[in-house]
Amino acid sequence: MTTALAPHAAEPRARFLDLAAAEWLKLWSLRSTGWGLLVAALAVLAFNVGKTWDNYRYWPQDDPGYADRFIADGIPLMHAFGTDAGTVMMLATGAFGALAVTGEYSTGLIRTTLAAVPARRSVMAAKVCVVAAVMTVFGAVVAGVSFASTQAILSAKDAGVALDHPGALRVIVASAFFAPVSALVGAAVGTLIRHGAGAVVGSVVLLLLLPLVLSDDRHWSAVLVHALPYAAWKRLVDIPYATEGVPYPWSVGGAWTVYAVWALAAAVVAVTTVHRRDQ
Amino acid sequence: MIEVNELTKRYGGTTAVKDMTFTVRPGRVTGFLGPNGSGKSTTLRMVLGLHAPTTGTVTVGGRPFRSRPRGLRHVGALLDAGHVHGGRSAAAHLAALARSNRIPRDRVETVLEQVGLAGAARRRIGGYSLGMRQRLGIAGALLGDPPVLLFDEPLNGLDPEGVKWVRGLFRGLAAEGRTVFVSSHLMSEMEHTAEELIVIGRGELIAAENLRDFAARGSGAGVTVRTPHGDRLGSLLTGEGATVRTEGDLLTVTGLTAERIGELALDHRILLHEITTRTASLEDAFMELTADSVEYAAGETR
Repeated sequence: MTTALAPHAAEPRARFLDLAAAEWLKLWSLRSTGWGLLVAALAVLAFNVGKTWDNYRYWPQDDPGYADRFIADGIPLMHAFGTDAGTVMMLATGAFGALAVTGEYSTGLIRTTLAAVPARRSVMAAKVCVVAAVMTVFGAVVAGVSFASTQAILSAKDAGVALDHPGALRVIVASAFFAPVSALVGAAVGTLIRHGAGAVVGSVVLLLLLPLVLSDDRHWSAVLVHALPYAAWKRLVDIPYATEGVPYPWSVGGAWTVYAVWALAAAVVAVTTVHRRDQ
Repeated sequence: MIEVNELTKRYGGTTAVKDMTFTVRPGRVTGFLGPNGSGKSTTLRMVLGLHAPTTGTVTVGGRPFRSRPRGLRHVGALLDAGHVHGGRSAAAHLAALARSNRIPRDRVETVLEQVGLAGAARRRIGGYSLGMRQRLGIAGALLGDPPVLLFDEPLNGLDPEGVKWVRGLFRGLAAEGRTVFVSSHLMSEMEHTAEELIVIGRGELIAAENLRDFAARGSGAGVTVRTPHGDRLGSLLTGEGATVRTEGDLLTVTGLTAERIGELALDHRILLHEITTRTASLEDAFMELTADSVEYAAGETR
């Protein structure tokens, strides 16, 4: 009656790709993923197009040099991805990252997941990769469409700029990557707090509230502000960067570094927290 | 084979599991029994490496489960039917699990057929009844065709037909040589399901033995013997290590089987008029053994 079962021989080699594919399936088998991203994209676009449209509607009629000065002052690129739109995208993608993690905790699904794949670090690395990839595409699409639509509107007044305009590409790329950076911060907070609402609030505090309460007119707090993703994004899309009136100016390279450090640190937190704690 | 060795788990000041040692062997269904809050789920989580033991070890198939990169081909587990996302369909839930362990996609259809959920496979799990979720959890456990299966309270929410089916399934899995470990807080559920029992209370092991031996522990159990030579037989049986209570010509013997009593009587030419084995119900044995280890007891009923 008792026969030895030897399933081990039939076991294929464990591949990271399978975990990423499983996370991909999990993400897209929820209807809320597609709808949530669509609504977030439309909200960001609405802010950018709305502001641009407003500017277009109230265009000065009797000022022939206005369009040239408009371009020289860098206003077209400000409209390409405005601060309001950036804030909305940061919060939406932060929440997306947080919920991608806490969605497993609120239901207890995480236990099913980790019982199926005891290699916790691999599971979380796969989740982080999938979230980052989806968010990068999301950010690129939203930033690209925002740029194209706002410049198309401004072109009607000969005030739109093309992709090869100095700084245009940086606005698009910095805004695109702002999505995965924010989402990874949300995911890291999610692994620490493990509760949907709590993680979303935590992400808002970290991403938005902290840069709001810290001022940049003292050195120590300016350093802190500059070390946050929100300030890094604002620095990257500020073209041309006027240093007068800025007590502690900083470099574009510094801002890109802040992006990279936050993304990396968030990924490390997400992977190691789940690895260490009881689940 | 699951080997639990001097396992202890403390959360802050409370000890959920204390110095527990037992082995769950393949080829039979082993019941894991204990009142609510006795540490069953904590123990199962430690078996699966979800919680780290404070001290002690657990191995499944000779290795700590967490040391395996992928789990479904080694252990299939249903910890809680609610451990799914209500927004997914059963097919999507299982497809993701299968993919993570590189299990062929058609296995999903197979296990859904096996648990009787094929018709509801594309519906959102959120709309499932508890019984359907239990079936889905069982399907997930079967996905990797594993040699070891763990089920935490799998009979909750199942209708009588479902309970019968689950019992048949468990016995079938055990007959194939698998280790089947099933927890419950109700003795009656185990009565027709398990052959072996691991009984715990307040995080400590109370008994690890087969169902018949366990039932014999209840005070109602024993052998009743009617004989005109009560005194002689009584002292003889006491000498053999039994406990004997005498009421007239009726002896109630615990600690010896009817066969052994009959043999002894024959050897010493003692006349017996009647010899009857009384089996206590498992429920009685369970209640008696766990009485002083119930974590959340209701008030005394008058």
